[in-house]
Amino acid sequence: MSDEDIVNNNLTALVVDDSPMIRKLHEMHLKKFGLKVQVAENGKNAVDLFRCGASFNLILMDKEMPIMDGAEATKELRIMGVTSMIVGVTSLDSIFERQAFMEAGLDHCFTKPLTSENIIFLLQELNNKNNEEN
Amino acid sequence: MNIVNQLQRQFIDFSTSLHREGFVDDQFTQLQKLQDENSPDFVVEVVSLFFEDCEKLINNMARALEQTQGVDFKQVDASVHQLKGSSSSIGAMRVKNACISFRSFCEAQNREGCLRCLQQVTHEYSLLKNKLQTLFTLEQQILAAGGSIPVVD
Repeated sequence: MSDEDIVNNNLTALVVDDSPMIRKLHEMHLKKFGLKVQVAENGKNAVDLFRCGASFNLILMDKEMPIMDGAEATKELRIMGVTSMIVGVTSLDSIFERQAFMEAGLDHCFTKPLTSENIIFLLQELNNKNNEEN
Repeated sequence: MNIVNQLQRQFIDFSTSLHREGFVDDQFTQLQKLQDENSPDFVVEVVSLFFEDCEKLINNMARALEQTQGVDFKQVDASVHQLKGSSSSIGAMRVKNACISFRSFCEAQNREGCLRCLQQVTHEYSLLKNKLQTLFTLEQQILAAGGSIPVVD
């Protein structure tokens, strides 16, 4: 993928995290790569957005959130039939906890902090996914 | 050397010292690189949010450690864990490291150790706040003098 391809995409993303700082950080990170970004402050808000008909190519999902955490929200979205790429972004360092989060239905799981390399990887995955579906 | 060059020199020296003394790491540089003309206040805004987070979490830890009926170390640990995550996300290395030590005392359910760590975390947070305030002031001075902010890698 050329650098131009990477930035000229029509991809949309949803950043789900209860920390305003992380939401702002990840939103900017993704915007820098040309994605259109929305944010949600917990799992329930994310699920509600989908229930109202919104959809996104990519969801960055934090694990620890009040009201509905990342694992619950991921399970819920998968049950609803959401096929977006859902990527966990968490500071959990226990392998056991990360595995449990993956099993909720994640496509990938990264440790905080998110890096540009992580995003480039995801964009390539999304590109592959789009190509497969077309 | 004109005033802009002087200020830029000061900025570079100060930035370099922040990295050298471990106040910030490469993650902070990545943060600075995200800022552009469309979002000229991005770094200041993110840093403000971080300090709000710090204050809230430090208060949570203090309250939890004050409980005379028995400290809920899980609760303390949850706050420390959150702070560790936030601080590593913006590159606040010394705050992050203070959190790492803190977590082992939480695990050991050592109240005295936790209180010392809380002091350490609070201290590092105050130091960083002052340092970054100085950095932002230097940036404002450079811009006011008509110069541009040097990129320090």
